[in-house]
Amino acid sequence: MIQIENLHKSYVMGHNSLHVLKGLELGIEAGEFVSIMGSSGSGKSTLLNILGILDDYDQGTYYLGGKLIQGLNETKAALTRNEMIGFIFQSFNLISFKNAMENVALPLYYQKISRKKRNQIALEYLDRLGLKEWAHHLPSELSGGQKQRVAIARALISQPRIILADEPTGALDSTTSFEVMDILKEINDQGKTVIIVTHEHDIAAMTKKIIRLKDGVIEEVIKNGDLQLFKDRVRTE
Amino acid sequence: MFDVDVWQEIFSTIKKNKLRTFLTGFSVAWGIFMLMILLGSGNGLQNGVTEQFSSNSVNIMWMWTGDTSIPFEGMKEGRTIKFNNGDYNFLKEKGENLENVSSRFYLPGTIVYTYKNEYGSFETSSCHPALLGMEKVNVVSGRFINDLDMADFRKVIVIGDNIRKALFKEEDPIGKYVKLNNVPFKVIGLTFDKDRHSERTAYIPVSTAQRIFNGADRVHTFAVTTKMVSTAEEAEAITDKVREGLAARHKFDPKDKKAMGSFNMLAQYIRTMKIFQAIKIFVWIIGIGTLIAGIVGVSNIMLILVKERTREIGIRKALGATPASVISLVLLESVLITTVAGYAGLLFGVGIMEGINYGLEQALATGGGEGVFFRNPTVDFTTAITSMIILVVSGALAGYLPARKAANVKPIEALRDE
Ligand SMILES: Nc1ncnc2c1ncn2[C@@H]1O[C@H](COP(=O)(O)OP(=O)(O)OP(=O)(O)O)[C@@H](O)[C@H]1O
Ligand SMILES: [Mg+2]
Repeated sequence: MIQIENLHKSYVMGHNSLHVLKGLELGIEAGEFVSIMGSSGSGKSTLLNILGILDDYDQGTYYLGGKLIQGLNETKAALTRNEMIGFIFQSFNLISFKNAMENVALPLYYQKISRKKRNQIALEYLDRLGLKEWAHHLPSELSGGQKQRVAIARALISQPRIILADEPTGALDSTTSFEVMDILKEINDQGKTVIIVTHEHDIAAMTKKIIRLKDGVIEEVIKNGDLQLFKDRVRTE
Repeated sequence: MFDVDVWQEIFSTIKKNKLRTFLTGFSVAWGIFMLMILLGSGNGLQNGVTEQFSSNSVNIMWMWTGDTSIPFEGMKEGRTIKFNNGDYNFLKEKGENLENVSSRFYLPGTIVYTYKNEYGSFETSSCHPALLGMEKVNVVSGRFINDLDMADFRKVIVIGDNIRKALFKEEDPIGKYVKLNNVPFKVIGLTFDKDRHSERTAYIPVSTAQRIFNGADRVHTFAVTTKMVSTAEEAEAITDKVREGLAARHKFDPKDKKAMGSFNMLAQYIRTMKIFQAIKIFVWIIGIGTLIAGIVGVSNIMLILVKERTREIGIRKALGATPASVISLVLLESVLITTVAGYAGLLFGVGIMEGINYGLEQALATGGGEGVFFRNPTVDFTTAITSMIILVVSGALAGYLPARKAANVKPIEALRDE
């Protein structure tokens, strides 16, 4: 699903250049549930943005679903995002003047699906996430957990192959965090590739694979079988 | 790109930001409103003044005589110059610059009109048949004077509607005889024109007038129509030519305005129209200026808006909005606001001018508003359409910069958590 080789990314600010990703190698299969961890500033968001074609990279190769993602123009990138990727953000990023249903339906708007039809589909997704009664409420009238569930519904509605979530539980309390993680797990069970960035070990422990970033490269990959070990290690840390 | 969905998307944005949208639109509405008021007023003034010209052919020219004021070829000033039938023939033959000629002989003293027991005194205009077109006499029944009337010195008369009312009351005057100082004239025509002094005027053949009122071949004034020209200078040149010809016949200095007076309407008309052209250009400049101010306002507000909406645009892009769709979102919103607001301003401006027009018409119909140099102060259809096109184009212009800015929003920048 995702094949990354020798990925380099620098941010240039005036005369200074900050080398964030330094020859990163990464492979993620379809249907995996992956969390990316690492200290603050280690380049987790940078990596996720590149995976989501929100940003480009300087060197290396990135294949997404067998397609080389390199130097796409904005229109192509937008279409690929819309078709392949669902995003979930820490701060939800719902459009404040649109109600829950309209927010969820937005990706389908860019697929030129009629208003009636996309709103109907949006209602189905909201129903699935237990938010049917909240469909006509504005984001400001929803709790954090509800907002994130709306955002998840929005990420799912275009039936993407991959869900990318940058600290999806970062703004939620632990109970709601686990609720959100349960939903993501369910999504993953339905066959979607889910990649999340998180700081929290117990959240990471709910995924099936943990990738630890350090100094712009992958320091450690903890796979399924070793997860129990990781959990124990976390407990002692 | 222009399907219903795009508009619904835009409408929902506008609905959520009513006040802002209103304020934006207001400046444009005001601009176009002012343009309409100015244009309408300009038109009204022009129409009013044109109306003053409209009772005659615009290329009419009158000539009359007096006493010389400049010595000429050894003759002292103070000689009385008099036109005659010879001058008529001269103008008729020599004037390649002239189209029609009519001479007039002033009837001596007060002419009393009598029909049965009714009598009154009215203005009597003796003329050639050509005067009909030159002074735009409106014959509503019967006919005007013709060449046979002239040749046979017929005692025929064309009367204005006020004369008919005074003398004939409800009777049909055509074929009846009215006495002018006891000389019976057969009424052959009736003229009517609601805002024209000709109502109180009667027309008789100049040949008949000269014969009956002992005028011999005396002519007091000429009315001629000149060749149509496009500049005031050319029109004045014709005047000078005609003056020179008559001055040579009567031996006076062509520059002697006292010996022979003349008024060339065409020169006046061309000059007046020039002024209105200038006024029109001036009005457009002011109007467009006001409009530009409005558009800059819209552009500014849209720029602020795009800045405010950076995050939203970032979200949209992350969800699959192409640059083109972002551009159309901003551009169409700008076009929509300017067009709707501009249209409202247009309607309001045109409405006010139509209202003023209605009031004026009422005043004129009831006899008031006499001498008002203001008529039909409305904006024509083409101008309104032109303004609409200007609006849409300017809406697009106003939206262009902000739209470009919006399209350049980078999703990662927009979505970064502070
Ligand atoms: N647009 C940018 N321009 C310049 N520098 C940037 C930009 N985005 C990120 N950086 C820098 O790159 C480095 C990696 O940033 P990144 O956001 O990927 O870190 P992170 O691992 O997500 O950190 P956190 O856990 O705090 O979210 C940081 O030092 C950051 O300051
Ligand atoms: Mg981050």
